[in-house]
Amino acid sequence: MTTALRRYPVLIALCIAALFMVVPFLIVVVNAVKSPAEYSEHGPLSLPKGVYLDGLKDFWQRVDYGQKLFNSALISGSVALLAAALSVLNAYAIGIGRIKGRTWVLAFFVLANMLPQETLVYPIYYLSKQVGLYDTRLSVIIVFTVIQAAFGTYLLSSVLGQFPREILEAARIDGANKWQVLWRIVVPVSRPTIGVLLVFFFIWTWNEFLLPLVMLISNDNQTVSVALGVLQGQRLMDATMTNAAALLGVLPAIVFFLVFQRTLTRGIAVGAVK
Amino acid sequence: MTVTAEKGARATGKHQHPGPRSPRPRNSYALFLLPGALAALAVIVVPFLMNTAVSFTSWQGVGDPKWTGLANYRDLLDDAEFWASFRHSLFMVVAMAAVPTVVGLVLAAALFDYIAKHFGTRIAAVLRACFYLPQVLPIAVAGIVWSWILAPDNGSLNALLKAVGLGSWQQDWLGDPDIALYSVMGVMVWVQLGFPLVVFMAGLQRVDPQLHEAAELDGAGWWRRFWHITLPQIRPEIYVVLTWCTIAALKVFGAVYVLTKGGPGGATDVPSYFSFTTFFEKTQVGYGAAISTVLTVIILVLSLAFLKLQTRAEEGDRA
Repeated sequence: MTTALRRYPVLIALCIAALFMVVPFLIVVVNAVKSPAEYSEHGPLSLPKGVYLDGLKDFWQRVDYGQKLFNSALISGSVALLAAALSVLNAYAIGIGRIKGRTWVLAFFVLANMLPQETLVYPIYYLSKQVGLYDTRLSVIIVFTVIQAAFGTYLLSSVLGQFPREILEAARIDGANKWQVLWRIVVPVSRPTIGVLLVFFFIWTWNEFLLPLVMLISNDNQTVSVALGVLQGQRLMDATMTNAAALLGVLPAIVFFLVFQRTLTRGIAVGAVK
Repeated sequence: MTVTAEKGARATGKHQHPGPRSPRPRNSYALFLLPGALAALAVIVVPFLMNTAVSFTSWQGVGDPKWTGLANYRDLLDDAEFWASFRHSLFMVVAMAAVPTVVGLVLAAALFDYIAKHFGTRIAAVLRACFYLPQVLPIAVAGIVWSWILAPDNGSLNALLKAVGLGSWQQDWLGDPDIALYSVMGVMVWVQLGFPLVVFMAGLQRVDPQLHEAAELDGAGWWRRFWHITLPQIRPEIYVVLTWCTIAALKVFGAVYVLTKGGPGGATDVPSYFSFTTFFEKTQVGYGAAISTVLTVIILVLSLAFLKLQTRAEEGDRA
């Protein structure tokens, strides 16, 4: 009986805490569909009387949001695929090939992953100008492919280090060469881990801010994060525009979250234990 | 899986006949590393070395850098802005590593022990999802949402305080130099909390429930079981979370850029934002490189220290 009495306060406390986490999202949704007049009259906490979508439409057209979404998707998608491919190649050499000095190679990738981007940003900015890649989406794709692959190599190497040796041995006896072993056996068997990497690389790249901010200056190349961050930094948005920006920025994140929720939570667990 | 793999390898090794099969040239696997190594060289190693070299020079980004030795670093020692930015970093470590780890531990244990057991895993999963949601949000978007909630006029927080009769508590949350840093810290707790929570909940699944049952039979209360059973069991997760969150706190940039731009009056300046403005607004590239090099050294030393601590703890467990 005593435990039953103590259970509900814990549940209620946790629900209130969870509500506090979600409230900012709710406030954004509620206010993005208010008209400017309604907002200035009743403030941010009132419920909307109707659905007013002109603010969203205005904002979409003013910042060419479709283009920003496309840029973000193009950059994040390419990085996810390329970085996963690079991670697989690296991890194949380290985890299964057990090349000489693999501990040092692995330590290098771990440290590369921990390096703050501030220490790379100016030389990357300078070098990309030298080779004519400044302000191109390709430059951002290249840089993040390498940065994300550093993490992927570290994670995949430890997973592949535990790959059942009998399977590899059997394939070799059947006459498969190293490429065939990689593509026909290692990649299909490791598909769950590679899937986790794809999801993480996509979302991480989508959320990146510093390097895209420095590298993508023209409107046509900017990502969602950079476009919204720069607008906010200029302090030029009125309340309605801010609401629209917030909602349009939040929506893709919520979609990813709902689509990938399982992979995300499972992936974090895998990553932390390795 | 580890055990069977190792056993298999040992078994095949034992029965291998040295005769017909030629020894495999192991090094040919190194070819698979080639693309990754070249890419890392171009994007990470070369820029890193360039940045380090530039930190010993005076350079405006055009023309030839002028070698000045340790002058930039000597200037840093006397630069109040530099010290302030690192002091603010410590506040960020509190907000992004210490607080989320402690709160995340308690929340994870409560969700796992209480909610999942008495109300079902579905409710626990939904609550966990709520806490994790801010983690998938781009930091720039989180910044927009919060700077608007914390706005002095017509911001939601001030409107809420007024509505519940606490109008005198209203503040210019991000514009008051005495409060801005704490406001940013609050936002970062909100952003970061989901990560430790999810890691700890996964870790708790490893804890043997019999330990808890035995302790409960012996009359140990929830807090004592949490302290003596749960905490020691998920120590590896705690180390990992503290390492990752501390490093993330030292690197924090986007939130400061969007929420306060380091202001008001440098009250929320952090090293990464300080180096960014030194690079691209003041174009003192050499000085900016020195700031980022100091940041890098601190992060690398911390990572190595944590790594050492972690392996020692693991060895201690085994002994």
